[in-house]
Amino acid sequence: MKVTGAQALFKALEGEGVEVAFGIPGGAILPAYDPLLDSKVRHVLCRHEQGAGHAAEGYAWATGKVGVAIATSGPGGCNLVTPLADAKMDSVPMVAITGQVPTPVVGNDAFQEADITGITLPVTKHNFLVKDANDLAQTIREAFHIASTGRPGPVLVDIPKDVQLQEITWSWPDGVELRGYKPTTKGNQKQVRTAVRMIMESKRPVLYVGGGVIKADAARELHRLAVDGRLPVVTTLMARGAFPDDHELALGMPGMHGGYPAVTAMQKADLLVALGARFDDRVTGQLSTFAPEAKVIHVDIDPAEIGKNRAVDVPIVGDVRDVIAKLHAELRHRQEEAGGVPERGHWLKTLKGWKKEHPYRYEQPADGPLKPQFAIERLYEHAKDSIVVSGVGQHQMWASQFWRFSEPRTWINSGGLGTMGFAVPAALGAAAGRPDRRVIAIDGDGCFQMTAQELATSTTEGIPFVTAIINNAHLGMVRQWQELFYGERYSQVYLSHEVPDYAKLAEAYGCVGLRAEHPDEVDAVIEKALSVTDRSVVIDFRCDPGEMVFPMVPAGASNDDIILGPEGLKPVNDPAEAPVA
Amino acid sequence: MNGKTLHTISVLVEDKPGVLTRVAGLFAARGFNIDSLAVGPTSEDGLSRMTIVVQVENKPLEQITKQLNKLINVIKILEHEPGDAVERELMLVKVRAEGGARARVLEICDVFRVRVLDVTHRTLTIEATGTPDKLEALLALLTDFGIVELSRTGRIALARGDLGIKDRGRRMKIAAVGGEEWTGGGV
Repeated sequence: MKVTGAQALFKALEGEGVEVAFGIPGGAILPAYDPLLDSKVRHVLCRHEQGAGHAAEGYAWATGKVGVAIATSGPGGCNLVTPLADAKMDSVPMVAITGQVPTPVVGNDAFQEADITGITLPVTKHNFLVKDANDLAQTIREAFHIASTGRPGPVLVDIPKDVQLQEITWSWPDGVELRGYKPTTKGNQKQVRTAVRMIMESKRPVLYVGGGVIKADAARELHRLAVDGRLPVVTTLMARGAFPDDHELALGMPGMHGGYPAVTAMQKADLLVALGARFDDRVTGQLSTFAPEAKVIHVDIDPAEIGKNRAVDVPIVGDVRDVIAKLHAELRHRQEEAGGVPERGHWLKTLKGWKKEHPYRYEQPADGPLKPQFAIERLYEHAKDSIVVSGVGQHQMWASQFWRFSEPRTWINSGGLGTMGFAVPAALGAAAGRPDRRVIAIDGDGCFQMTAQELATSTTEGIPFVTAIINNAHLGMVRQWQELFYGERYSQVYLSHEVPDYAKLAEAYGCVGLRAEHPDEVDAVIEKALSVTDRSVVIDFRCDPGEMVFPMVPAGASNDDIILGPEGLKPVNDPAEAPVA
Repeated sequence: MNGKTLHTISVLVEDKPGVLTRVAGLFAARGFNIDSLAVGPTSEDGLSRMTIVVQVENKPLEQITKQLNKLINVIKILEHEPGDAVERELMLVKVRAEGGARARVLEICDVFRVRVLDVTHRTLTIEATGTPDKLEALLALLTDFGIVELSRTGRIALARGDLGIKDRGRRMKIAAVGGEEWTGGGV
């Protein structure tokens, strides 16, 4: 069968099972948008390529499938750079298709030309420039294979316009054989035995669960391991939902703004079992004083993560689901031999005590001002079964702290790169991928204004979701640092509560706009928002700008020096003493 | 060299567009200085071999080899232990050699068993092959006469013994306290 490169592209995307793609057409990708009209692939027309990229990420987070974004050459591809970098840092499976100027003028500074494979080289897992349409189907197969296997990540495929127009004979390649790419998925059984011996000997173990557990769909295996081994669990920002927050063994989120039980459990542990986690600086704080007494078992599919930040006693390279299942089987075996779970009553009792004594806390005065934590807690009470998406900053930390997650893929955010503006487009993508679930973006006012244009996409494409803006009139996290470490000298962080009028802006985009300024109004506004199902809703929660995120371990400080609340602060008036971000 | 040492790494790569950029970019992005980099075809079509000399401490070298291994186009990496490989470099050097200096330069060439490729009234152009140490020693002597220009290929290396780079197992050391090894390809 004779087809054009553009037709081959969509046949290949269909062959890979792509249902939805997010994108914007333009000159160099024009030929591809014609066969799109006859394709089974649903195209969601975004308003900005960055929005399309984050939407593809949100889709991938929510569904576990590969997210697809399409853009034209030059500025189109350049606008995808941030989502690609975000997907690389957070190991999000994503394929970006970009148009390129025709091959005869590549390198000629042609109109809308940019060396996009060069530009995206450090922010993709891999990228391709397709110079012959006969290679297109094979390249798409390889792109999806690379994006979705091993440690997932973004792959970009750049297709010059003449290649899209080139006529070829269609054939669908049997499979993928990449000589230099053979991820290790099966964990080494000998290492598993050594690890289990260490777990059996441990008096104060902690399972340090990272985003890999979500990526590998290993939540069920994790649950078995934790419950049968009586092993307490911390879930990082990337792993929220991997283990139910209400479980007695759940310690919550560790890290810079993590809870006291999780942070301190890791500090006092004699054994950390890192599962798909990477000892990120936001988790460890000062490395030299992090978990000083702990031996480390590190399970990861990416060998480069093992030993990168923290020396490891037992490395296990493999798919975390396979390894957890093996650890569980071996542990049960050893426990049966030993006549039960090792005695760790004191440790578990201590942890339980910390959970009781040091919950996340805030005070909501009855007469206001409205506290962000209160708005999020009420939202949770009304909409527990939702998928929550957040941007980056204070609202992200509060959302992660106060939402009680009970299943994987219900928490979506930008962790590693910390991309402000992630929430609205990612929520769009999540809602497109999971029409059966309500999606709520908990966003900051600063973040919201970076990508709010995708509300238009939501309306015109009929993909509704709720956006709750924690509007504190500031770039709140930066404000918090200026308050704490720069002697309250506020520099360029004030945004205003009123500009823009978020409710009116929502209406302008065809959404429902609501506002709550007082704690009394919160429940009614949430109920009203949740009653709308045919379009998106934006709630403007006008919150107290002075509220700060606690607990806090200042950057570079030891996790032993966790600050539990404003009463624990020591004034720092010399910016030179401010911690390094 | 403030605690840093030179390491020689051989990298077998697919001969695909941009592969040199990928490898060089990885070193740059992770803050490593490449001392020299030589690349050329191998006996197998479609495969190239790079020899990279890099200045690092031990631990970060492990990190960079692991990151290299993650590049899709990288087939195999071999870190040469000192003394465990034969290493050579080619250098062309144009040196001033007028009057009485000429005989002395030629004498040095003779001692080092290097060849003269081009002669003018004022200069000699010399081809020298050898270990990096030998070239450094030669260069130190020639510097006194005045070097007009210099071009070096960078080091290339092959491991001693029977095995080729492709025959070796995909085993890499990992930073475990007990020095455990894992078997793994790219990720």
